[in-house]
Amino acid sequence: MVNSGDTAFVLISAALVMLMTQALAFFYGGMVRKKNMLSVLMQCFIVLCVLSIHWVLIGYSLSFAPSKGFWGGFGWFGLNNVGLESYADYAATIPHQAFMIFQAMFAIITPALIIGAFAERMKFSSFLVCTLLWATFVYDPLCHWVWGLGGWLRNLGALDFAGGTVVHINAGIAALVTALIIGRRKNLGHNVPTPHNMPFVVLGAGLLWFGWFGFNAGSALAANGLAVNAFVVTNTAAASAGLSWVLIEWLCNGKPTIFGVASGAVAGLVAITPAAGYVGVIPAIIIGLLVSVFCFIAVSIIKPKLGYDDSLDAFGVHCVGGIWGALATGLFASKAVNPLGADGLFFGNPRQFIIQLATVVVTIVYAFIMTFIIYKLVNMVMGVRVDEKEELMGLDLTQHHERAYTLLE
Amino acid sequence: MKLIIAIIQPFKLEEVKEELYKEEVNLITVSEVLGHGRQKGVTEVYRGAKETGNLLRKVRLEIAVNENFVEPTIRAITKGAKTGETGDGKIFVLDLKECIRIRTEERGSLAIG
Repeated sequence: MVNSGDTAFVLISAALVMLMTQALAFFYGGMVRKKNMLSVLMQCFIVLCVLSIHWVLIGYSLSFAPSKGFWGGFGWFGLNNVGLESYADYAATIPHQAFMIFQAMFAIITPALIIGAFAERMKFSSFLVCTLLWATFVYDPLCHWVWGLGGWLRNLGALDFAGGTVVHINAGIAALVTALIIGRRKNLGHNVPTPHNMPFVVLGAGLLWFGWFGFNAGSALAANGLAVNAFVVTNTAAASAGLSWVLIEWLCNGKPTIFGVASGAVAGLVAITPAAGYVGVIPAIIIGLLVSVFCFIAVSIIKPKLGYDDSLDAFGVHCVGGIWGALATGLFASKAVNPLGADGLFFGNPRQFIIQLATVVVTIVYAFIMTFIIYKLVNMVMGVRVDEKEELMGLDLTQHHERAYTLLE
Repeated sequence: MKLIIAIIQPFKLEEVKEELYKEEVNLITVSEVLGHGRQKGVTEVYRGAKETGNLLRKVRLEIAVNENFVEPTIRAITKGAKTGETGDGKIFVLDLKECIRIRTEERGSLAIG
């Protein structure tokens, strides 16, 4: 039975998640040097174009058509049998296509998150090929296992409300792998590039926070109490993580920075994503406070030590934050919040924590291996990295023949 | 005393700086400039319309040195900035009449170093 309130809410949420990809473009774009600004905007925008088509043609079917296999079934290619009536197994009160387009926005933003790892040095053509292969062979299968009918992780009882594993751990691991394969940027040794436009970073982070209400509350797939819970804990976790990051920074580096508070808020949003529909507001504060500790350690201590060049910390924020969020769900989940969920370790059900841990491990291993194969393969066939001169001149001019800013006029 | 002004390709700045440090030339002023040389220019395309012959983006270095540093500075800039293609830029060497360090009011070759 299609409910007009629920349908309106899910459509608006889908639009909010669409905006997140553009918010991400500015969040990342502000962090790169100005000679690469357009390349980041372009990568985010083209993902929106390419994967929108990919999703309606094959992606949705591979992810969500019922099947016990590697992918979902093939019966929903081209949205065949995906109509305007509801499909009760996914969402009983909205048209099936509303669920489809909401999920489309998740499939689009996930590969866009990886851009942060190889920013400022990836060849545009190879980027397109990698993105298509990654969506087909990494995102779609994993999405099916966790959320699709017949998916084996779903049947195991893993809790992932809005995509902690499927979106964030998945993209975060892919980010680490691609950063390792593509190698460090030139001239990094004595010259770590400073963000070229901090106001854009803040604008992006603010709009990500805004869009995340659609991401998490919308994942209730109905305008109900569960959506309200997700909305409230999302806001709370983002706030506490932003605050916590800035305090850590204040203690460790002497000054609170806007870059820190923006990064912290995004980390908090990542961490609350899998938990949003299962935890209350006090756990949300704890999840937020701690995620900044873990991510701060990852990006400012572990990354420089290990020497990989994850340019914009896609791994450090999304993977680390995502893992913490998925595990925290296993700790703090409570049936008092969501009777359809499960109790976590702190509510007397240690088994849920084990399930969460298993899902995290499966996601990491699968995403690591598959991303490695895809990027190595593309690297062998067409090369993933621009040549040195192109990198020094910047991707805007060499890949797109445009530049973001003029000097005169 | 000489004032050396060099116009170079922006993407060569890092290499030039490195070469200058090797020659122990540490005091430089850098600015972003636009200019026109013999080079035709990078083609930019806006919504399908090609634009060529634009003013090109260059980097301008200003370095004030004592006589014994003139050749090392020229050598370093050339080594760092040269690709062999049109558009590598130019180096101008000018006589410098006076130099005053504001903090100490020292003058001449003492103030330059």
